Amino acid sequence: MEVFADAWQWLVDPQNYVGEGSLLQRSLEHVGYTLWVMAVGSAIAIPLGFYIGHTGRGRGWTVGITGAARALPTFGLFLYLVLVIGVERREIAAVIALVLLAIPPLLAGAYSGVDQIDRRVLDAARAQGMTGWQLLFRVELPLALPLVVGGIRNAVLQVVATVTLIAYVGLGGLGYDIIQGIPLRRFDQMIGSAFAIVVIALLLDAVFAALTRIVTPEGVRRAGGEDIRARENSRR
Amino acid sequence: MRTLTRNLSIVGTIATAAVVGGCAAGGSDTIVVGSQAYYSNEIVAEIYAQALEAEGFSVERSFQIGQRDAYIPALEAGEVDLFPEYTGNLLQFYDADTTATETTAVYDALQAALPEQLTALAMSPATDQDSYNVTSEFAAANSLESIGDLAGVSPLVLGGAPELEERPYGPSGLMEVYGVSVEFDATGEVTLDALLAGEVQVANIYTGNPAIAQYGLVTLADSEGLFLASNIVPIAGSDVADEIASIINPISEAMSPDELVAMNLQSTAEEMSAPDIAAQWLEENGF
Amino acid sequence: MGWVLDNLGLIGELTLTHMGLSLIPVILGALLSIPLGWLAHRYPPARGSILSVVGIFYTIPSLALFVLLPPLFGFSILSELNVIVALVIYAIAIMVRSVSDAFSSIDPGALRAATALGYGPWQRFFHVELPLAGPVLLAGLRVVSVSTVSLVTVGVLVGVKSLGYFFTDGFQRRIESEILTGIVMTLVVALIFDLALLALGRAVMPWSLLAAKRLNQEVS
Repeated sequence: MEVFADAWQWLVDPQNYVGEGSLLQRSLEHVGYTLWVMAVGSAIAIPLGFYIGHTGRGRGWTVGITGAARALPTFGLFLYLVLVIGVERREIAAVIALVLLAIPPLLAGAYSGVDQIDRRVLDAARAQGMTGWQLLFRVELPLALPLVVGGIRNAVLQVVATVTLIAYVGLGGLGYDIIQGIPLRRFDQMIGSAFAIVVIALLLDAVFAALTRIVTPEGVRRAGGEDIRARENSRR
Repeated sequence: MRTLTRNLSIVGTIATAAVVGGCAAGGSDTIVVGSQAYYSNEIVAEIYAQALEAEGFSVERSFQIGQRDAYIPALEAGEVDLFPEYTGNLLQFYDADTTATETTAVYDALQAALPEQLTALAMSPATDQDSYNVTSEFAAANSLESIGDLAGVSPLVLGGAPELEERPYGPSGLMEVYGVSVEFDATGEVTLDALLAGEVQVANIYTGNPAIAQYGLVTLADSEGLFLASNIVPIAGSDVADEIASIINPISEAMSPDELVAMNLQSTAEEMSAPDIAAQWLEENGF
Repeated sequence: MGWVLDNLGLIGELTLTHMGLSLIPVILGALLSIPLGWLAHRYPPARGSILSVVGIFYTIPSLALFVLLPPLFGFSILSELNVIVALVIYAIAIMVRSVSDAFSSIDPGALRAATALGYGPWQRFFHVELPLAGPVLLAGLRVVSVSTVSLVTVGVLVGVKSLGYFFTDGFQRRIESEILTGIVMTLVVALIFDLALLALGRAVMPWSLLAAKRLNQEVS
C-alpha cells in the first residue's frame, strides 16, 4: 500500500508539472493523439456508417468487419506499421494504427444509429413533403445521434487506452512513464501515470454519458427510449 | 436440461485438464537456463543450453524473461540456474554507487556484490556494453574522436533507452565527467533509426549491435571511464556452479567480441533463429 | 517467408501458450459474470451500482491495470497471474451487462408458465432462464473471447510471453514477417476460439441455431 502513497506524492509534486517530460506535457500529448485519431476516424467512419445504414448496402460486410476488427491486436499492428512506413514517420504509423482501432466502434455507432430508426417515421416525414436533405438533417440525424455519440464514446475509450502503448517507440503520452518506470523500478511514476490515465478515461466517459443524454431528442426521451445506448462491445 | 449441464461439465473438465497439463514443471535434475528480453542475450543462453545438453544434462529453457526485476529474484530463489549477464550492468544493479569501471575491477567488485546463492563463472572477452555513437558525417563535421570532444557542440540531443536518463553514465554523468550538456530523448527501440535520421546527434548503442559496423557509426572513446566495462558473464546458482563450470567456462573463453557481433548480425540481417545460430557457433568452435 | 519456415516450432509453442492464457479469463469471466449479471437483472436497485462498478473497470487501459493490480493483490507485476487476473476483470466488465440484458430479454410469460408448472426457483433458473438467455449469453461470450485473445498480447510488456513476443522481438530485430506472424496467429487463435464457442453453443443449445444467427447480426 505504500506504493500508492508514493504514487500520490509523485502525482501532486508541482515539480512534476513543469519542464520537459512533465506530467502535464504527457497528458497533453496523450489527449492530442486521441483528438487527432478521433477526428480522422470520425471523418471516415461516420459518413460511411450513415451511408450503409441509410441505403442498407454493405450491411453484412460491415457487421463482419467490425466483428473481426475487434480481434486485431493493435500493439502488433502499430509496430508493424512503424517498420513498414519507416521509423522516422512513426507518428503517422501510430495515428494510422489508432484510426484503424477507432473505426469499428464509430462505424457501428453510425450504422446502427441510422438503421434503428423506425421506417414509419421516415415514411411519415417523406409524406409531409421533406426532401432528402431535410430528411437527413431534421429526422435521421437527431434520431441517430444518441447511438452515434455512443459509438464515439466507445471509440474514445479504446483510443485513450491504446495511446498508452505508443511510448514503446519513444512517442509521448502517459504510457511513457509506465514503460520507462518498469526497468527503473519506479513504482511511483508507473502507478501515478496509470492513475492519471484512468482519471482521464473516466472523465471522458462521464462527459460522453452526459453528452448522450443531451443529444437524445426530447421526444424520444419522453417516450422512454432513453436506454438506446450503443452496445458496449468493443474492447481495447 | 441434462444435456446442458452434462455438456458444460465435459467441456469444463477438458479445459481444466488442458490448462493444468500445460503448466507442467521441470524435473529437479534439470538445469534451467534463462535469458533477457534481448535477442543477443538469448543467443548466448541458447549456446549454454545446447552445450549442457551435449554433455548429458537435461535443460529447461526459460528465455525472454524480461527485466532484472523479474529474473534476478528467480535466479536468487533457484528457479533459474544459469543466466548470461553483463558484468558492469549487473554490478550497478547490486551496487549503484560502485566506482569500479575497468574490466577486472568490475568483475571482482561483482563477485563481491553478488549474494551468496549466486556465483559468477569466468567472464568472457565478449563485451556488449553501453557506448556513445555518432554518425561518421557528424564525427567528421565536428572532429569527434572521444566523448570529451562533444563539449561545446550544439544542439546536442542524446538518444537511448528510457532508463538512460537516470543512469550515472547518462546526461548527468556526461556533464559531470566530460562537461558535455545534452538534451535527452527517450528513443528506446528506435534509437538507431533516430540517430540515422538525425533526430538525435549522439546515441547510446550497445557495442554488440552489428549496426555500428553496418552503418559506419563512430564509437566515441571513453577516456575518462564513464562507462563500466560490461563483459558477458554466466551467473549460476551456487549449488550448480561447480558442476557446470567446466563446460561453460571454455565457452566463455572462446567467445570474442567480434564473434558476438557476427552472431547478432546473423539474427537480424539473416533472420536466423537463436538455436540455429548457437548450433553453428558451437560447431565452428569445436564444442 | 524464410523466417516463418525457420521458426515453426516457436510459432506453435507460443500459439499454444497464448491459447492457454486466453482460456482461463474467458471461462472464469463467464462463470463469474452469470451470477453478477443475474443479480443486476433481478434486483433493479443493485443494477445501477453493479453496472457502475463494472463500468469503471471497463474504462481502465490494460497496461494501467497491469500496473495497478500487483500492489493491490500482492503478486508480481511480471507474473502470469497479474495478466490473467486483469483479463478476468475485463471479461467480467464486458460480460455482466450482456448477461443482465440477456436475462431481461426473456419473455416474462415463459417464466410465469414455468412457475405455473411447478418449477422451483433453482430449477427455473437452470432449466428455463439460462437456456432461454443462452443465445445472448453466447453472443456476449464471443465478444469477451475475441477481446481477451487480443489483449493477451499486451502482456509482453510486463514479461508475460504469448504471441505478443513476436511483436517486440520482431521489432527489435527489424523482422517484419515476425510481427506479421504474431498478428496473423492472434487472429487465427481468435477465430479458433470463436468457432469453438459456436460449436459449443450448437451442442448445448441445438434449438437456438436460428436465433443465434439472427442475434449475430444484431449484436455486432
